[in-house]
Amino acid sequence: MNFDYTDDQKFLKGEARKFLDARCTPAIVRGVLDHADRSYDEGLWKAVAEMGWLGAAIPEAHGGLGLGRIELCAIAEELGRVVAPIPFASTVYFVAEAVMLAGAEQQKSWVLPKIAAGELIGCFATAEGPGAVTPQSIRCEVKGGKLYGTKIPVTDGDCAHVAVVLANENGKPGLYFVNLGEGGVTRETLTTLDPTRGVAKLTFDGAGAWPLGPPGEGFTLMEQVFDRAAVYLAFEQVGGADRALEMAKSYALERYAFGRPIGGYQAIKHKLADMYVKNELARSNAYYGAWALATDAGELPLAASAARVAASDAFWFAAKENIQTHGGMGFTWEVDAHLYYRRSKQLGLVAGGAKVWKERLVSQLERRNAA
Amino acid sequence: MDFNDSPDEAAYRAEVRTWLDANAARRKDTAWTDEEDSSSMAASKAWQAKKAAAGYAQITWPKAWGGPGGTPIQQVIFNQEEANYDTPPNPFQIGLGMCVPTVMTFADDATKQRFVTPALKGEEIWCQLFSEPAGGSDVAAARTRAVKDGDEWVINGQKVWTTGAQFSDFGIVLVRTNVETPKHKGLTMFWLDMKSPGVEVKPIHQMSGGSGFNEVYFTDVRVKDSQRLGAVDDGWKVALVTLMNERLAVGGSTGAQYGDILKLAREVMGAAGPALKDDGFREKLAEWFVQTEGLKLTRFRTMTALSRGQTPGPESSIGKVIAAKQMQDLANEAVEMEDQYGILWDEGASPLKAAFQNSLMFAPGLRIAGGTDEILKNIIAERVLGLPGDIRVDKDVAFKDAPTGR
Repeated sequence: MNFDYTDDQKFLKGEARKFLDARCTPAIVRGVLDHADRSYDEGLWKAVAEMGWLGAAIPEAHGGLGLGRIELCAIAEELGRVVAPIPFASTVYFVAEAVMLAGAEQQKSWVLPKIAAGELIGCFATAEGPGAVTPQSIRCEVKGGKLYGTKIPVTDGDCAHVAVVLANENGKPGLYFVNLGEGGVTRETLTTLDPTRGVAKLTFDGAGAWPLGPPGEGFTLMEQVFDRAAVYLAFEQVGGADRALEMAKSYALERYAFGRPIGGYQAIKHKLADMYVKNELARSNAYYGAWALATDAGELPLAASAARVAASDAFWFAAKENIQTHGGMGFTWEVDAHLYYRRSKQLGLVAGGAKVWKERLVSQLERRNAA
Repeated sequence: MDFNDSPDEAAYRAEVRTWLDANAARRKDTAWTDEEDSSSMAASKAWQAKKAAAGYAQITWPKAWGGPGGTPIQQVIFNQEEANYDTPPNPFQIGLGMCVPTVMTFADDATKQRFVTPALKGEEIWCQLFSEPAGGSDVAAARTRAVKDGDEWVINGQKVWTTGAQFSDFGIVLVRTNVETPKHKGLTMFWLDMKSPGVEVKPIHQMSGGSGFNEVYFTDVRVKDSQRLGAVDDGWKVALVTLMNERLAVGGSTGAQYGDILKLAREVMGAAGPALKDDGFREKLAEWFVQTEGLKLTRFRTMTALSRGQTPGPESSIGKVIAAKQMQDLANEAVEMEDQYGILWDEGASPLKAAFQNSLMFAPGLRIAGGTDEILKNIIAERVLGLPGDIRVDKDVAFKDAPTGR
């Protein structure tokens, strides 16, 4: 039984933590939070690129480190702990994975080395309005190699160089690669619950669109990309949830009320125990997702769904109850608790919300159970 | 990351399977009930003797005590494999997991020689006499008194929730020997023969209908001072050794599972079609899946630590808090789904041989046994997270002066 990080992976994770503790301080996160014109922290992004993390799971043949997907999960956990304000998820979990999954060799050799080198920021554009993304919700359209329509919200759409866009062509969904630096693209930066991440509305009016994967299979491809991204996101969520629990714990030990630390009262103790239980469940489910991702197992859709459902629940719970544990201080701008509250919603919604994933989980179960 | 055995573990598993194939039948029916069946005692004892002879009972015990001196991961592998076979109930767990290790830690050599091997072979069964009517979560509040009389002690009082007392040969009992000191400092532990004059075992009629537990009354029961485990008034330290083993003994998911309710929901119609098509139900089903699989995967993490020769982390402490609550919630959902019909509790008439009704009626007990939900959360908060203990107003007060209900 080897259902945990290996010693090498633990070492990598430990080094990542040291690096991020030094380079991704709360001041760095707040630098993006407090400046509406900043989409991300450029210094941190460059430093992360120099560490090779952007190409951790990209094969060496395409300019990456070729370490493997579990190594990337370990890095994701550490990025989540420090609510890193960089377009890492959009570029690495979504776009790089989409290209590795469905890209032609020409696309892989153009995109992946640039991502690994930190020269290319990507975004993954699927939603067009309130409600879940479904085959019926797609209004964007490709005609004669040109893309028309609007995607909102697009995480990192304000800073990305390229987008992978879900759009219909001849009435069937496909994924399309769009170079955002060329004509026919308008971007509008949006305000969100989590300003530590940039979000935009992208309007396409005849932008060049390059098919990614077989036309007509875009929706299934999107789900497959979401499965992969969901596992990495689950590790970010586990990292954030663990950090929120640590914050709640240390505050509960130092804050006195009625003559003793508030951590001595059962209402607080049981709240924190509930956080611990959810976090451990989320970690175990995330490991299962990592295993399925790394081995390309048939149960990846089920494992990814379980990882996402458990991690979204754990991070939301830990983030909101961390604020509650901090009392009035938790509601202030100066205490970092709200950074985790914001990020828990950002991560919990970016690849589709809990309802969508619970439905995906149960439909997989039905299929397995019928077989 | 993988779920594979190491070469040594795979070889051990193969050896275990070969032995089980030769000595037991593969399990077919997985129907679940809560009742212990005392009529199967002879079969249980025979199976334990067979395991002991083959080196599969208490696999981690050293050779000196009749075990094979194996590793914790080997014990886990054997348990996993044994669960696939149709074997009699195991009434030895409390004795071998908790009582006998306590005897092995605190008794003199002659006592150990007398008891360890017969217990291992399943010849003698032990029970643990800790809980009392006035102290369940607060075990150290025990009131059952022992008074010294020459080189004997005379015990009077009552224990409760004693699993297996009705068929136990011996027990370890925690008694009050000093009321002038604070409660933790006036307890003493003894072993005793359950057939001693003055010991009376009465089954408890549970709300679930069964009687797996007992009340045990002590009326002028005499034990020798040589039956004492540990020093006089130092029994709390001894009890902690016993209870340390309890946390390891209580396992994962139990009762009707998500797969069972999925099956039910395919067939039962709700107001708008099959219950399985109801969005609210589907969300709950997803959550139960995540919990149940998450617990299984958490056990795999514990196994991984054992397999690597490391001490497992505290993550295994989450098991019963989740499993007990889920058992109750899932059973309730199923009974609600059956609508008016759900009120039936009849193995013939109720779906899945009334597995959901069985679960519904046993779940309240599971949320209490082996540490209540509340005590387990305290344990996680204090031992895992390092938060302060509760205020104990009886901590520095002589036991006789401590506040009590009655």
